[in-house]
Amino acid sequence: MDKPNFVYVTYIQTTAEKLWKALITPEFQRQYWFDIAFETDWRVGSNFVALSTDGTRGISGKVLEFDPPHRMSYTFIPKQAPKGSEHDTGSRVVMQLETLGAQVKLTVTHDHFAPGSTLIDSISQGWPAVLSGLKSLLETGKALEISGPCASKK
Amino acid sequence: MDTKDDTVFKALADSSRRQLLDRLYEKNGQTLRELCERMDMTRQAVTKHLRLLEAGNLVVTVWRGREKLHYLNPVPINEIADRWIAKYDRTHVQALDLLKKALEDNDNG
Repeated sequence: MDKPNFVYVTYIQTTAEKLWKALITPEFQRQYWFDIAFETDWRVGSNFVALSTDGTRGISGKVLEFDPPHRMSYTFIPKQAPKGSEHDTGSRVVMQLETLGAQVKLTVTHDHFAPGSTLIDSISQGWPAVLSGLKSLLETGKALEISGPCASKK
Repeated sequence: MDTKDDTVFKALADSSRRQLLDRLYEKNGQTLRELCERMDMTRQAVTKHLRLLEAGNLVVTVWRGREKLHYLNPVPINEIADRWIAKYDRTHVQALDLLKKALEDNDNG
């Protein structure tokens, strides 16, 4: 059995249904995922491509599992494939949702990287930012709230 | 009662625990045995520190067969950075901006 490369966990004060919606709805996704959204019908075996609002193509991949609102997985192919990995089928992302009282535990596992993949560095920077943005969006309605220290009350 | 942030700050407020996080940053997904090999601490002490790191959600574990693997989870650190650092950072930038404007106005006047 392969050992996962990365495992990320965040606890979000929300319901599994709302979190699931935030994960698959482009308008939500853009707010926490560096302005990209997955274009796909989310059927198992369907391809997806991540597009930014200006139409720039980001990552792409194939839907492997889709079991709302519990578990999904997909392959993750970077925009610019590292040299020599043109035939690489991509690494794999698994998202698992688990309701714990008033919150949902979201576990993101990223594995199956090609040996010596240069993706690993950028992945380890990206996921924590995406997940804390997602948590913030669902709990406060804003992806990254940066308010002034002396915001005046109305 | 501790808030979530308190648990994270507490988990971070110890050099041995920060060292364990650094070990996982270098190599993710280690067993307790692997982590003990390179630490100058008893197995019990490492176990205790790992428990506090898990309580702060800074370390998450996955079972692979009979092995318990430990992973670095920087998401709570990111949440704190968004909540605290980004905020003050912006204030900082604005202060510099104001200073720059004031100095430029002086130059022109």
